[in-house]
Amino acid sequence: MTVTAHGPLPATPYDVTVVGAGVVGSAVARELARHPELRVALVEAQDDVGQGTSKANTAILHTGFDAVPGSLEARLVREGARLLAAYAAESGIPVEPVGALLVAWDEEQHAALPGLLEKAERNHYRDARLVGPAELYAREPDLGPGALGALHVPGESIICPWTTTLAYATQAVRAGADLHLNCRVERASRQDGAHVLRTTRGTLRTRLLVNAAGLHADTLDRALGHDDFTVTPRRGQLLVFDKLARSLVRHILLPVPTALGKGVLVAPTVYGTVLLGPTAEDLDDKRDTGSTAEGLALLREKGGRVLPALLDEEVTAVYAGLRAATEQDDYRITAHPEEGYVTVGGIRSTGLTASLAIASYVTDLLPGLGPTRELEPVRMPNLGEAFPRPYQRPELIAADPEYGTLVCHCERVSRGEIRDALAATIPPAGLDGLRRRTRARAGRCQGFYCGAAVRALFEETRRASAVGEPFEEARP
Amino acid sequence: MTDVREVDVLVVGAGPAGLAAAARLAAAGVGRVEVLDRERQAGGVPRHCAHGGFGTWSRPLTGPAYARRLVAAAERAGAVVRTGVTALDWAGPLALHTVGPHGPETIAARAVVLATGARERPRTARLVPGTRPAGVYTTGELQQAVHLYGQRVGARAVVVGAEDVSYAAADTVRAAGARVVAMVTDLPRAQTAPARALDSRLRHGAVLLTGTTVADLLGHGRLSGVRVRHRDGRTAVLPCDTVVFTGDFVPDHELARRGGLTLDAGTRGPAVDGSLHTSRPGVYAVGSVLHAVESAATAAREGAHVARTVLDTLAGAERPAGVPLVVDPPLRWIAPNRVTPADGLPYVLRTTAFLSRAVAEVTQDGRPLHRERLGAAVPNRTLGLTARWTSRVDPGGGPVRVGLTGR
Repeated sequence: MTVTAHGPLPATPYDVTVVGAGVVGSAVARELARHPELRVALVEAQDDVGQGTSKANTAILHTGFDAVPGSLEARLVREGARLLAAYAAESGIPVEPVGALLVAWDEEQHAALPGLLEKAERNHYRDARLVGPAELYAREPDLGPGALGALHVPGESIICPWTTTLAYATQAVRAGADLHLNCRVERASRQDGAHVLRTTRGTLRTRLLVNAAGLHADTLDRALGHDDFTVTPRRGQLLVFDKLARSLVRHILLPVPTALGKGVLVAPTVYGTVLLGPTAEDLDDKRDTGSTAEGLALLREKGGRVLPALLDEEVTAVYAGLRAATEQDDYRITAHPEEGYVTVGGIRSTGLTASLAIASYVTDLLPGLGPTRELEPVRMPNLGEAFPRPYQRPELIAADPEYGTLVCHCERVSRGEIRDALAATIPPAGLDGLRRRTRARAGRCQGFYCGAAVRALFEETRRASAVGEPFEEARP
Repeated sequence: MTDVREVDVLVVGAGPAGLAAAARLAAAGVGRVEVLDRERQAGGVPRHCAHGGFGTWSRPLTGPAYARRLVAAAERAGAVVRTGVTALDWAGPLALHTVGPHGPETIAARAVVLATGARERPRTARLVPGTRPAGVYTTGELQQAVHLYGQRVGARAVVVGAEDVSYAAADTVRAAGARVVAMVTDLPRAQTAPARALDSRLRHGAVLLTGTTVADLLGHGRLSGVRVRHRDGRTAVLPCDTVVFTGDFVPDHELARRGGLTLDAGTRGPAVDGSLHTSRPGVYAVGSVLHAVESAATAAREGAHVARTVLDTLAGAERPAGVPLVVDPPLRWIAPNRVTPADGLPYVLRTTAFLSRAVAEVTQDGRPLHRERLGAAVPNRTLGLTARWTSRVDPGGGPVRVGLTGR
């Protein structure tokens, strides 16, 4: 088990290196780790896995009912949804099959629903059906007035994106892959039939290379001499409403898509909160993950139409994520077999759903990987409200009272869970990483009650484990 | 599933209100009075208010010393104070599911007193745009970080707010060795004692920006600055590595809401009458959950007051119905917010307007009940109103209204 965050990289060449430890890169690394003869590296520019697009999205496990029929995305989403549902059940990743309703608010949207039903069928999704206003309001009593009907897509689910990425990376590392964090690739070249990556932590050599660099996939692609696509960061701002709002919404409430995109949704989350968003803004800056007053005002206006009572509830989080949009409306997965190189570009909001199918598709494009084996299953800590959390498990508390000692009151996170996360295969690099692993500090008080206590636990562990190490000081 | 344990009175929250109630009840001979607190130490918010201003005129105390005295008084009277125990949800009209290091437990009581306190709205709830860097605090988190854990904060802080708690936050920033770069309020002037505002500006050099809001947080990783916007549209960037969002308190009303208790639209805490009955018989509410946030002394006074009500109810007294007590602008809210003719507990109110000579006018169905000079009215500061008029309320009449006039 090797996770490094500083210091020089190993001098021995790797067989395969995956650049980018987002949900896609981690899934690819996990798939590669099934080949026992391979030395696999997963390198990540940031200090944790899933720090880019993968941490800030709408957290939906899609059916692919609305994909472009016949596209690679449609196929991989369809396959990936099945694979991820099974993987989530095995690994303890929270998933709730709440279903989606595409709500029509005017005649034009209402008239578009049959076409969407037909599209779903062309995507091999046959459970969707049209519902009238009576059933719609019976299903969603707090929906704003004036809805004309909806398309019900019962197969759409909500999922925890953080646990998913972490489960893949954890399983890859436990199976022998090396995870190198804080390791930004600055230059790439080929020498004697191998790739040479110059990183912020030194040089890494590898026979095969997978580019899963997300927003930066085009940059790495160009460094290797390919000019196939350009990534345009498309910002999505989102609001998360407090748990006390959860009873207001039962399904993922989607607008009827327009030429401008999929639009703003209202959806429950597996953490028991309610999501409103995203906006869609094409930007130039791949770091611009700030929210804006205009974006938040737009979301509140749209959300107030769908679910008026939502606006009275407290907001617990405001965030913005960047999707890796390209010029084309499909994934950009390209193999360059003569170079031992595969680009996995343009993976947008469906990437979480499709991740396992993408991983399988990508490894099929790589030559000479050798035999495969089954991986040891992982069992992830449960962050979902639909399954018993540690504080709800008397047998666990009886065995270890730390699981009954709540530190974060809003999210009901115990000391035991925080301790476990800090000692896990891939420990968090900071308090944000700890939040994504435990939900500590993620609730309505945002640390008013627990912030200092959680930070104390984090810094205590960091001091104990980092003695003598030139590690960057923990961020407060 | 779990066995039900029975007590006489269950108090949720071991802050000044809850502890004062428990002390009175236990001293009055109620058999088993139990106080739950989810924190590791009892005492509530005063635990991390390292400044003075607690206790009495004759015996001034710091927050932590005051908290210790309250805990000791409750225990000495015979109440059981249990910390590290979280009340999760209702198990019945007068029973709660709890969890702690010893596992889950269901506790049933003859009376339940909610004293769950209040918290400041964090940056997210205030919808302040920008990035999500480290270094963003509320006063509560800041005070605990500095006074309970000795943690480092940044070097240059901006304090959002200019009310009493904001100046307390500024003191904590300085106690941690950091500098207050500026204080920011969207109101035209500070909402604290003029001497305190002057002291902060002259002795500590903390600039007060009035008519100004925080428009944007900047920085990746660590906060690098805040963009502020003046009412006239001008913006500026204040370089800083720490920002403290102060004030804007909301009741911690989770249990009240989960229990379906009627809430007051103004305070967002449970609606109570002057005897501190909530809408559910046998459930009472006291302290900051009613009026976020008041002084510890007000909370403790309510704790003592509710003890009388609980004793009467346990002895078989009926709960009077009462009528709603509502406010007209510029008042924001009043607590208690129902009224019965027998009520005697003074009221606390909040206003949105600065008035140098405010007068409260109480009416019911257009009939004047009372007029009272309140003195200066300042937003985010408490106004007090006596209860000398409640006997004139018609319990069968319409809502009683409180208005504010003056200049």
